Amino acid sequence: MSVIYILLTVSIIVAVIFFVAFIMAVRNGQFDDGYTPSVRMLFEDELIKTNKTITKNNKD
Amino acid sequence: MSLNVIFVTGIKEQIMDAKVCYHCGDTCADTKITKDEKVFCCNGCKTVYEILSESDLTCYYDLQSSPGAVPKEIEGKYDFLSQDKIIEKLVEFDDGKTQIVTLYIPHIHCSSCIWILENLNKLNPAISQSQVNFGKKTVRATYNTETFSLKELVLLLSSVGYEPYISLDDYKTGKENVNRSLIYKLGVAGFAFGNVMFLSFPEYFEVDEYWLEKYKHLFRWLMFAYSLPVVFYAAQDYFISAYKAIKTRILNIDIPIALGAIVLFLRSTIEIIFNYGSGFFDSLTGLIFFLLLGKFFQQKTYSFLSFERDYKSYFPIAVTKIINNEEVPVQVYDIEKGDRLLIRNQELIPVDGILINGSAKIDYSFVTGESEPVKKASGDKLFAGGKQTSGVIEMEAIKSVEQSYLTQLWSNDVFNKNKEDGFTTLTNAISKRFTIIILSIAFIATAYWLYVDSSKAMNVFTAVLIIACPCAIALSAPFTFGNLLRIFGKKKFYLKNASVIEQLSHINTIIFDKTGTITSNKKSEAKYEGLPLTTEEETLLKNTLRGSNHPLSRSLYDILDEHNIITLDTYKEHLGQGIEASHASEKIKIGSAKFVGYQTETEVLNTAVHVSSNSIYKGKFTFYNSYRKGLSKLFNKLKKNYDLAILSGDNEGEMENLKKLLPSKTKLLFNQKPNDKLEYIKYHQTEGAKVLMVGDGLNDAGALAQSDVGVVISENINVFSPACDAILDASKFNHLYSYIKASKSALKIIKWSFLLSFFYNVIGLYFAVTGQLAPVIAAILMPLSSISIVIFTTIATNWIGRKLK
Repeated sequence: MSVIYILLTVSIIVAVIFFVAFIMAVRNGQFDDGYTPSVRMLFEDELIKTNKTITKNNKD
Repeated sequence: MSLNVIFVTGIKEQIMDAKVCYHCGDTCADTKITKDEKVFCCNGCKTVYEILSESDLTCYYDLQSSPGAVPKEIEGKYDFLSQDKIIEKLVEFDDGKTQIVTLYIPHIHCSSCIWILENLNKLNPAISQSQVNFGKKTVRATYNTETFSLKELVLLLSSVGYEPYISLDDYKTGKENVNRSLIYKLGVAGFAFGNVMFLSFPEYFEVDEYWLEKYKHLFRWLMFAYSLPVVFYAAQDYFISAYKAIKTRILNIDIPIALGAIVLFLRSTIEIIFNYGSGFFDSLTGLIFFLLLGKFFQQKTYSFLSFERDYKSYFPIAVTKIINNEEVPVQVYDIEKGDRLLIRNQELIPVDGILINGSAKIDYSFVTGESEPVKKASGDKLFAGGKQTSGVIEMEAIKSVEQSYLTQLWSNDVFNKNKEDGFTTLTNAISKRFTIIILSIAFIATAYWLYVDSSKAMNVFTAVLIIACPCAIALSAPFTFGNLLRIFGKKKFYLKNASVIEQLSHINTIIFDKTGTITSNKKSEAKYEGLPLTTEEETLLKNTLRGSNHPLSRSLYDILDEHNIITLDTYKEHLGQGIEASHASEKIKIGSAKFVGYQTETEVLNTAVHVSSNSIYKGKFTFYNSYRKGLSKLFNKLKKNYDLAILSGDNEGEMENLKKLLPSKTKLLFNQKPNDKLEYIKYHQTEGAKVLMVGDGLNDAGALAQSDVGVVISENINVFSPACDAILDASKFNHLYSYIKASKSALKIIKWSFLLSFFYNVIGLYFAVTGQLAPVIAAILMPLSSISIVIFTTIATNWIGRKLK
């Protein structure tokens, strides 16, 4: 029945991984600004468009 | 000669078919400035469009229509940014090649703003990265200093209409440390709580099962390990606070909490060491987690507002000093007595001084609340905090910044005092009795069991302290106030923190400032006295005013009736005096009494604009303060329960008007200096008054700090307001009474939820005193009481919130 030790170890490791991920996210400031990223991610299409036009301009 | 009196009330005219500027959305005047078939209101806006379209950034206009701001004239304004000493204080990071700076940009307001500011590298490749924090309205830019500089960055931002605001407040070394410890603690407690629940679950039900018997020791020690960071890290604030309270001999709510947590931990540890039982680690971690959750919920902050501003946020970082006829930017702290300073139009005077030359028209509204700019002649004394409003002046400093009249206000002790100290909250008042009662019950029950069955005595003693741990009581206030804080925020009443609500409910005296607080900033009411004007004269008057940018001309223009547009033959504006214009045979002069040739002017207190036509004096338009909507109604509602007073820095010109508007027992005091206001409040507080101060400017800063609750009225919440406890949007001014009422109801809700938690405590105490408290009962009772308190307070506060307009 020593399989329970393996299970416990695995569960603790998984929990600790998530916990460390949370601490790192807080430390990187992910919880400081809750609004801007939600807007920023909608800009990605526009960014690609302008990048292309710029490279086109440079080729000319 | 018959005197004709007409009342004109301002209705802003609407030009229906007018085009709006493609860049900023303002209505375009007659002049047509176009580019790519798009209309612009001014050349500034057109330039911004050109800059953006050259860099393929026109997407800016697709995300939001007319998102821009008119770029302002900034000639020479940022010369100080070329000084290394100043740059060093402003930048976050500098390694000689790269600099990182965070700039506050008040104009940030929509998604287009985020987009353009995060694409600054398209405008200048030296900027490698720029990131916007929308909530704080800041942009953090990284740039290469070999080809670029801070000054160029600021000029670039200004050229596209995003002028950063750099004040003396930014002039400090070191990065600001963001305090995230509560999030960490909440994370630790939540993590431990979840895992401990998981591990303790089997033992709740299956007591004698074979596998459980075999592994329960392992499970218990794992729970012990999980609870260690909770007790020693997440809960440390409660132990510190309880220790401090005992040292100062106050019984606050943290004492029973800390006591409960310690007893829980020790008893559980002893239980698992001697194999008495499984311990209460589940309740322990749950308790700390819920308490921290309450703290977190209460900690709602409005990152775009600041409640801590002093004069430094208004003052510039540097001014122009004249040394041997050369203009040199100098840091304001370095200004010495005898320095020659150059103050440009719209710049703030940073020190007390004497005017040397130039025509000074100083707007002292920051300092005194007096709304009209004051004219000063050479040799006159100028006070720090005034804003020059016409042309360039030269002055000589006679004091340093810290010793100036205005800045001395901040050396008053009230600015170093924490208002929350010395204020006993309802929770702490209750917990005082609560702690005494619980300790008595614990000792009586222990004494009883020592007599009956001494083996159970220790068990009962600890069980009482565990079950009585006032989790639910401690959660009532944070959740009630925290929720109301959010509701108020949605109604545009922004509070500094939750304890302001409790202070607000105890108010018995309300003191208002006049200018800007009970009056609105727009002068929209004018009374005409004099000879009646003919239609031709009125038409000419209106058309003359159209061309002027003077604030009085603008407001008078808005007030007058609509007339045909005519083209003026001549038009001349005399700075600081008035306007002269002619059309066909008609000539008109508008301006000061002297300018229009009216000599018999007596001393008047209110602002007036005089008119003469064909060299004959016609009459004058006198401007009156226009009071906020619902002012009389609000005062009449308030007068029943509160002492009311008005403290104005202005002269007595409005006294009669106010007497008519307000309830008769309202005290009216005029010519109050900032310090007078502070002393007035202090005096009333010694007589037992709980004062709510409602103000708006720096001149009220002392009074706002001294009062029990200081509320700032703001026309535009993005504009700076002085240090205060709450900011109220001007449009909600007439609802002030309902906010005070709501905070009183909140206190009632808390009292009810105390009752509810006492009910749970009585049930728990029954189990504890009779010596049958099993971990499973504690584990059910504690979250149940906490959750029901949260639900009750949330529903009740939302119900209050619904009644608010």
